[in-house]
Amino acid sequence: MAIGLKDVEHLAGLARIAVSEDEKKILQHDLEEILAYVSEIKEAGQGGRKERGEQGELYNVMREDSEPHESGIFTEDILKQAPAREGDRVSVKKIL
Amino acid sequence: MDIKNLTIREAHELLIAKKVSVLELAESVLEIAKDSRDLNAYLEIFPDMRAQAFVAQKMIDEGRSTMMTGIPLAMKDNILIKGRTASASSKMLENYVATYDAFVTKKLREAGVIFIGRTNMDEFAMGGSTETSFFGVTKNPHDKTRVPGGSSGGSAAALAAGAALGALGTDTGGSIRQPASFCGVVGLKPTYGSVSRSGLIAMASSLDQAGPFAKTVEDAEIIFDCIKGHDPMDSTSYPDNLSKKDFKKPRVIGVPTEFVRARGVDPRVLKNFEESLEQMKKSGYEVREISLPPFAHGLSVYYILMPAEVSSNLARLDGVRYGYHADGVNLLDDYMRSRGEGFGREVRRRILLGTYVLSSGYYDAYYGRACAVRETLKRDIEKAFEGVDIIATPTTPTPAFKIGEKSNDPLQMYLADIFTVPVNIAGVPAISIPSGFAEENGSKLPLGIQFIAPHFGEDALFAVGKDFEKARGGVSI
Repeated sequence: MAIGLKDVEHLAGLARIAVSEDEKKILQHDLEEILAYVSEIKEAGQGGRKERGEQGELYNVMREDSEPHESGIFTEDILKQAPAREGDRVSVKKIL
Repeated sequence: MDIKNLTIREAHELLIAKKVSVLELAESVLEIAKDSRDLNAYLEIFPDMRAQAFVAQKMIDEGRSTMMTGIPLAMKDNILIKGRTASASSKMLENYVATYDAFVTKKLREAGVIFIGRTNMDEFAMGGSTETSFFGVTKNPHDKTRVPGGSSGGSAAALAAGAALGALGTDTGGSIRQPASFCGVVGLKPTYGSVSRSGLIAMASSLDQAGPFAKTVEDAEIIFDCIKGHDPMDSTSYPDNLSKKDFKKPRVIGVPTEFVRARGVDPRVLKNFEESLEQMKKSGYEVREISLPPFAHGLSVYYILMPAEVSSNLARLDGVRYGYHADGVNLLDDYMRSRGEGFGREVRRRILLGTYVLSSGYYDAYYGRACAVRETLKRDIEKAFEGVDIIATPTTPTPAFKIGEKSNDPLQMYLADIFTVPVNIAGVPAISIPSGFAEENGSKLPLGIQFIAPHFGEDALFAVGKDFEKARGGVSI
């Protein structure tokens, strides 16, 4: 399982994590080693036996969209945690 | 009062008989917490102990007390308590103040528990030693040069030191049982879905489960009874009527001998395990060899599913709504820097690993495959339980290791989870109980035995656990 430095950069970009040059090399080594270990899974239990649905027995759990709480009772608590706010809104840099 | 050996049951009796007040009990525990500060088990001792004690004392005085009223408890730093910091031992959430109570917090609060403080852990519960904590490692009370295990290492160490009468932790791949084993206390990972995950800082949602640390099996049962129950806020929480099963006293213990012996398990651990099984035979249990080949794939399945879920769960931490924020040149740069600086090395590693196994081209080979093998593992455990009532393994392949011994070798660190991860993958309950010691350079290092039961089989675990304690003759930490 060869992982290149370019792959590490690509993954870090997808994950939105800034990674230093030094750490890229460490990550490259660690990911290669861990993936080599877990790759044995590809041979596990294959052949002959019928497996349950690949995703198991997952199903959606829904509830009625009802019983709203009183508007605004959590606003202050929640906004207190935001790094930047403007009135009752979370403030972010320009998106477009 | 011998606080270090005082159980919840005993403390409850003292409180009810008015031989000790809630405040006196809490103050004695707090004194030990202060004296054992060098362990770094607590990240914070809460300042409102007196107010909490007042409420609990009132419950007792008015005859409204429960088994947990007035009991001083330690809480892992990833369990929300409204108005208190919950950092998950990460720089990312260093200053995050919880805006609501976790379900388990609410249950404990209603029962009149005293929250002593929040305990150190591996960052976002990712690790087996507390060494990935942003706030430094916790030391093992049995040997301060060694780790207490993890990720709930602070909870285990606080309890073992006598700085709490019980503690709460979370277990995704062994994070309650492994530190319980390393610190010589009891640790329970309940059936997935029996304790609500609402208000726990998520790591891998299909595996996470909160549970108790305690000095005895009976105490673990008391805490579990308090925190379990259906919660509409957790869609994977089981309805209460599902979890009520007819209790049948366990009689047959299955041992997956091949699995237990196949890996590099410390000979002292194996010897202790054999002795434990002999004791169980003397107590009237039948011990039977079983074959569970999928257990051997547990670690691989875990180190695919867990990072996949981690990469998805931790995407919410972006420096926008809460948590650490680093200012960049644009919004994308804000994300990159906030996450790059806010997360520690192990968390970054697991997020990248999860991103890899979920990326197109590799999804089928890793994530898809791991989901399929998970189903095989579940089915084979179910089948094994048709022939035996309980499955036993050592909790960990070695006793507590030295601080720094494995911190630069992630794969070696992951191998410490070999016996505990299959349990989370299958969603069944398991308990770790102290089973003796391994001597090394003058230190007595605790060992643990793990009992595994079928879904909702906690009662069987408590029954077999109490018999095991009795067979070992008395409990001392």
